[in-house]
Amino acid sequence: MTDTVTTYPDLARPDVFTQQGLGWVPWLLPVAEDELTDAQRDALIEPARAKMPYFRLLARDPEALRARTLTDLDIFYNVSGGIGRAERELAAAATSRHNGCVFCASVHAASATRESGREADVQRLLDEGVEADLGDETWNAVVAASVALADTPLAFGEDDIARLRAAGLDDAEIVDVIGGAAFFNWANRLMLSLGEPEVPARRAAAR
Amino acid sequence: MSTPTADIIDLLAGIAPGDALAAVRDQRAQARENAQRSFEALLEPADPGTFSLAERYAVASFVSQLHGFAEATAFYGDLLGDEAPALTAVVAAAAASAAATGPFGAYRERRLQGESTDGARWTPDAATTAALQTRLAAAFTHTHLLVFRPREARAEAIQALVDAGWSPDDIVSLSQLVAFLTFQLRVAWGLRTLAAASVAVPAAVSEGA
Repeated sequence: MTDTVTTYPDLARPDVFTQQGLGWVPWLLPVAEDELTDAQRDALIEPARAKMPYFRLLARDPEALRARTLTDLDIFYNVSGGIGRAERELAAAATSRHNGCVFCASVHAASATRESGREADVQRLLDEGVEADLGDETWNAVVAASVALADTPLAFGEDDIARLRAAGLDDAEIVDVIGGAAFFNWANRLMLSLGEPEVPARRAAAR
Repeated sequence: MSTPTADIIDLLAGIAPGDALAAVRDQRAQARENAQRSFEALLEPADPGTFSLAERYAVASFVSQLHGFAEATAFYGDLLGDEAPALTAVVAAAAASAAATGPFGAYRERRLQGESTDGARWTPDAATTAALQTRLAAAFTHTHLLVFRPREARAEAIQALVDAGWSPDDIVSLSQLVAFLTFQLRVAWGLRTLAAASVAVPAAVSEGA
């Protein structure tokens, strides 16, 4: 490897999907926090993100980062109309489980648990995979739709829409599921290909 | 530009102003606007720098074809045809040879290795590499990895891009481009599917009208 690419031979890597918090280390050098330009700081949207190497790495293309962040925040946090926060996080977690992004799944499984109180159901998705019965048809339909939408070539079809409708979702709710699941195809690919997850030092020492 | 660019997701989804789904999309106006700005930042940047428009459109055309999305293939094919017509046939041939089904791939995580799956891993052959040239050929290899088996991405894949002349800034933009397209195409496809499922008028009634 050249100096441009960083590798971590002794990293404490996770070995399974988890709802516990993980760190993430970049393979390319992020912009140093004290070297962020005004345009790059603006692109972070939330100032606290300047602490996170993932966002400072994406700040190398500030226009793309800015638009991506604003897309993300509206799909997941705009609660006027549409489906609940828990189901959006569930769509993100299911997409991440299917694509194989352990980091993204940890963040959004934990968020789904926090929003729903259904820790055991969420854990079943992580442990058993996307075919797990999560206890009610709305959640099962959201997971199935998210998984179908992640497949390439595109094969998500009217049967998937029909199942969401049968579970009681209206068009605005279905659009939120599509938005949340589609967005994690974007997020998973960045997280998986620009760096890797690590178990925080305290937990790594304990196992 | 003197006129605003059309909303590309609406275009790919077949949504017209006034359609029911246009009103639904308006409820997430910030997401709609910034999905469009993402398209502009990655595919129509004011200053493309060392990641040329021809390279961006070639990658977008390749991604669309790998997804089997006819409207997107036509749209990005047109952009590529205007910018670099000589690449159109090369990209189409590459996409045909690169067809695969995803997501698949081997897990690095020890307790997930039982879930590892196999599929068609693709790199451009000698003739395709010669036609695309080193830089774009490396980008296509990386694009195929990201589209079909992102869980197999490793630092070595980034190193391969560096070796082919990609700067860190351009690697971030390339990664954003491919990842964004996997979002944009899915939103458009999902909306198109939803719109089709919403046409409840029986054929006999509309024919009689």
